[in-house]
Amino acid sequence: MEASTKCEMQLLVNGETKSVVARHADTLLFVLRNELGLTGAKPGCLNGDCGACTVLVDGIPIKSCMMLAIETVGKAITTSEGLHNTAIQRAFVEHFAFQCGYCTPGFIMNAFALIERHPDADDRIIQEWLESNICRCTSYKEIEAAVKTVLANHPSIPNDDHF
Amino acid sequence: MAIGKSIIRKEAWDKVTGRAKYTNDFTEKGMLHAKLVTSPYAHARIRAIDAKKARAIPGVRAIITGEGLPLTGEDLRDRPPIAFDKVRYHGEVVAVIVADTLVQAEKAANLVHVAYEPLPAIGTPSEALKEDAPLIHEQLGSYQKNKHTYPEPNTNIAHRTKIRKGNMERGWAESDVVVETRVSFSPSDHIAMETRCATAEILPDGQIMISASSQSPFMIKRLISTYFGEDAGNIVVHTPLVGGAYGGKAPVQLELLAYLAAKAVRGRKVRVWNTREEDMITSPVHIGLEAAVKLGATNDGYIKAAEILFLFDGGAYSDKAIDVSRAAAVDCTGPYHIENVWCDSLCVYTNHPYAAPFRGFGHSEQAFAIERALDLLAEKLDKDKWELRRKNAIRPGHTTPTQVPLNRSNVGDLPACLDRLRELMEWDKWQRIEIDAYTVQAKGISCAWKTSTIDPDASSGVILTFNSDGSVNVISGVVEIGTGTKTILAQIVAEKLKMDVHDVYVKMDIDTQTTPEHWKTVGSRGTFMAGRAALAAADDAIRQLKAIAACILRAPADDLEVGGGKVFLRDDPSIYVPVKDIANGYKYPNGNAVGGQIIGRGSYILRHMTPLDKETGAGKPGPEWTVGAEGVEIELNRRDYTYKILKAFAVIDIGKVLNPKAALGQVMGAMSMGLSFASRETFLFDRYERVLNPQLRTYRPIRFGEHPEYIVEFIETPQIDAPYGARGVGEHGLIGMPAALANALSLAAEVPLNELPLFPEQIWRKKKGDIHDSF
Amino acid sequence: MIPFEITYHRPRSIAEAVRLFDTLQQQGKKPLYYGGGTEIITLSRLHLVAADAVIDIKHIPECRALESNPHELVLGAALPLAALEEAEPFPLLTKAASEVADRTARNQITLGGNICGQFFYRETVLPFLLSDSQAVIAGKDGVRQCSIHDVFQRHIRLKPGQFLVQMKVDRSYASLPHFHRKRRKQGKVGYPLVTAAAIKKDGQIRVALSGMCPFPFRSTEVEERLNARHLSLHDRIAGAIRALPRPILNDIEGSAAYRLFVLEQMLFDIIEELGGEETNGGLH
Repeated sequence: MEASTKCEMQLLVNGETKSVVARHADTLLFVLRNELGLTGAKPGCLNGDCGACTVLVDGIPIKSCMMLAIETVGKAITTSEGLHNTAIQRAFVEHFAFQCGYCTPGFIMNAFALIERHPDADDRIIQEWLESNICRCTSYKEIEAAVKTVLANHPSIPNDDHF
Repeated sequence: MAIGKSIIRKEAWDKVTGRAKYTNDFTEKGMLHAKLVTSPYAHARIRAIDAKKARAIPGVRAIITGEGLPLTGEDLRDRPPIAFDKVRYHGEVVAVIVADTLVQAEKAANLVHVAYEPLPAIGTPSEALKEDAPLIHEQLGSYQKNKHTYPEPNTNIAHRTKIRKGNMERGWAESDVVVETRVSFSPSDHIAMETRCATAEILPDGQIMISASSQSPFMIKRLISTYFGEDAGNIVVHTPLVGGAYGGKAPVQLELLAYLAAKAVRGRKVRVWNTREEDMITSPVHIGLEAAVKLGATNDGYIKAAEILFLFDGGAYSDKAIDVSRAAAVDCTGPYHIENVWCDSLCVYTNHPYAAPFRGFGHSEQAFAIERALDLLAEKLDKDKWELRRKNAIRPGHTTPTQVPLNRSNVGDLPACLDRLRELMEWDKWQRIEIDAYTVQAKGISCAWKTSTIDPDASSGVILTFNSDGSVNVISGVVEIGTGTKTILAQIVAEKLKMDVHDVYVKMDIDTQTTPEHWKTVGSRGTFMAGRAALAAADDAIRQLKAIAACILRAPADDLEVGGGKVFLRDDPSIYVPVKDIANGYKYPNGNAVGGQIIGRGSYILRHMTPLDKETGAGKPGPEWTVGAEGVEIELNRRDYTYKILKAFAVIDIGKVLNPKAALGQVMGAMSMGLSFASRETFLFDRYERVLNPQLRTYRPIRFGEHPEYIVEFIETPQIDAPYGARGVGEHGLIGMPAALANALSLAAEVPLNELPLFPEQIWRKKKGDIHDSF
Repeated sequence: MIPFEITYHRPRSIAEAVRLFDTLQQQGKKPLYYGGGTEIITLSRLHLVAADAVIDIKHIPECRALESNPHELVLGAALPLAALEEAEPFPLLTKAASEVADRTARNQITLGGNICGQFFYRETVLPFLLSDSQAVIAGKDGVRQCSIHDVFQRHIRLKPGQFLVQMKVDRSYASLPHFHRKRRKQGKVGYPLVTAAAIKKDGQIRVALSGMCPFPFRSTEVEERLNARHLSLHDRIAGAIRALPRPILNDIEGSAAYRLFVLEQMLFDIIEELGGEETNGGLH
């Protein structure tokens, strides 16, 4: 019988330190969803292909289905539940940039990081980043419009609250 | 007030904050987890299942195999929920493991040893129809079936729909020119971002609680009752928000496994959840097709006869595939006036994953066949491709292939759609231009139409309740799968009650015990059926409000109006009582109370639907035909055959635009799905009919940055009996895209492209002259 | 979800990593070195990789080196591809790296992971094959440096316990005329149908390919034929194609015949762009 590798980890999620018990082999996605109840990140493929599990680790978009939770000890994790009334969320709502909403948290995390990192992003960079996420409901046209609106207005619309 | 406005969907903020919950997001401590053991073979006898090692894994609570289970299937009961004796497709479920955790269930599933004896596997409908083809369902003749399903025992034909309209001899006689084409494509997938998930719990009092990511929560009740003899009233299904469905979540599959799993552990709650690989091949897929179309026309371009053969690759089990094949037959000619029609539409068994409805329900498949033939006909007649379609466009006064007479209400204005498309595409300016030595741009068009083919007694109900502040709750059985229908219902109610749409709340999830039934959230019929029910419920509420207000205001109910949160005297609005004062009963100053909670109720059942005649197909399968004209503009690199889709157009007669941005989003999303399917989506099979690409890494849809410019407009010819005249539009954007793309690329490449998907390699092969005969 | 138990270890030095590997092995365990982890996690899920322990090398300073000296570039094997792209020390490498998977995945996929992993495309090795780079390898016998060609033939040849620490590239190669193109079956994300990388050094074209065969390669025979300027363009390319190693892949991305068709055009474009000084033949 295999020995259990469960251990207690302190994870910093959305600005809060959380204590979780998880296996070494558990992915960040699994721990966020099943130990912390943060179900915004989604298991679209568990293979790193669809981007529905995207969260930020130290501000960088990461596919949480392909990262071990234990690796993130000492790093700051941000999920969609940690973004409050940000410009990108408002833009997604106003531009009808989602329908079923399943891919949306992943897209928003990626777009949020893109705008922070490249406030002057051009089409090439926008495409490079956002082609990491699949949306099956929309034509991507509204997502493009939402992201470009935020980029265009970037200095003047403050992000209310995020970690 | 609310109709015609781009009202933001009610659940929008939940979705952008990660707080919206889908079926797999609900976890309960103590819940057990199921893992599926699936077949690595496409066709094989099961010799033995050895689960000894699996059973020894700590945490394993039950292992279920297929003995003694009833056969399932919506039109024809041919499918064991867990394979028994034989597996018929790669990925078919052969056992279900139930354990404390998913990891334990996975470990155990990996240790189940199944001994198979492979059988020859059939990969295409035409192979399946050969004289000496192995029978996939040896017992076809003994399966239970419904009245209008016609399997052909001792063959691999699950069902045949016949359309016989007019007089074919006369039609051919009147034709100066005849063309024949063949088209084909393999099965593909819906790949909704949320994979399928179902949980089941059986309480000690016998109540069966199911939660499911499904388009058919009410059908789940019916089927569990039918298949397993449970009382339907004792089954409660909960469906929260669904992460995309596109028809793939209309069939009932995982829910049956969850129920069986719960039964095996004394009713404890068990969750079954598909990995992406399972979602792609174990659960039902997008149907494949081999089709032959023969069209006859006069020299001046009037189509006189159409002979159509659809061989649908329904896969290993017929479930909803039969209905898809039937729906394609219903509208087999496309939206054209053809008096003489002969069509046989077969649902054929193969050893492929079995088919579910896919957005369009047989119509993008039908359109691909007809529209390729039309382009060929135009070439042969030396006529403009748009002219040919315009000339033959279906109109009020014509009949459909199933001989339903069309009028201004039950069919949209296709000529108007075509006229506008021509303008938008600047069709007359050019259709094919050579930009330089390597680059060619070309345009392709296709018409699209669809009616729904659903149960003739399909119905929908809506309940309205009032809150103490006068706001309203809308409770409807329509599932919010992304179409935004629930928000549309709020708009319809707001409009009718003349109130602010922000004061209309919608219950997003479905609970079959308290939510009125909506047949299934399919067929682009949500707005129509639930909308009619919502209007009826609003009328009911208005009647009740007026009745009470009549007492309070001491005026006849007929003199009263409801609007702006008040019930008021029509000729003197200053005399009124606020809705919120009567919504829960009215209290007189002296303390007496009258009335009670206002509960508006309404329902709608489809009217005058009839099944199809077995020999002629005559019948009325749906209430109306939504039409559209679509096109694409592409740029082909003639050196390496790569291409870009530059623009995609759609002009659809929507009856009435209820929510402009939502409607555009639906249509563009559907167009994108159609282009993605046509340009790159297919299952690839090895020679044993095993799927080689059941992952999003190897089955790759269109990504951000690959999208064309979308130009979408609407025509508004009201459907008189629909809410505010609105026609359903969830699917139609998809229907003409594959044909339009193939038409454009065929023109650009100067070679007929009749097989999907349209990979560059495929175009290269056709140019080289590799003949890949469809069948 | 990794359906078996593993222990996660995070050494802070090369010596500690090697020692850890050895210790775990002595205990009868199966350790794996762990870079981005993307491959280990996704393949474990499908029972295609087995391990008892993972040794994360991302916190070893040498493995994260990103140095640009007058003579050479030093690139740590634990650098995520996205970090390499942003730093842009070696333009051809940037182009190769930026086509792998997608941007978010590249925030995790490491240089070493891409070169040493199971997926046989290994597209980031192409620029190193072309530039005769040096590989720094750590193992029980210490840290040693050798030519990439000695340690990578179709795939990395490491002994158990060894891991790739860094790649070192002669500075002069980074500024040579170069070519990179990745053709996929369809679209802009996905495995390669054919990826061709090329540089021009001392008037000679060097070519490295991925996607043609179930391994990336650079072949002297192919380069000889391609550079045979006394022949027509058409004959040079035909000769290069004949000299390709076999088998040519024939799979779900495309047929062998189509790959050859695509490659032919790429070779022509390489010669044209890098200046192949054709004598006769012209366009074919």
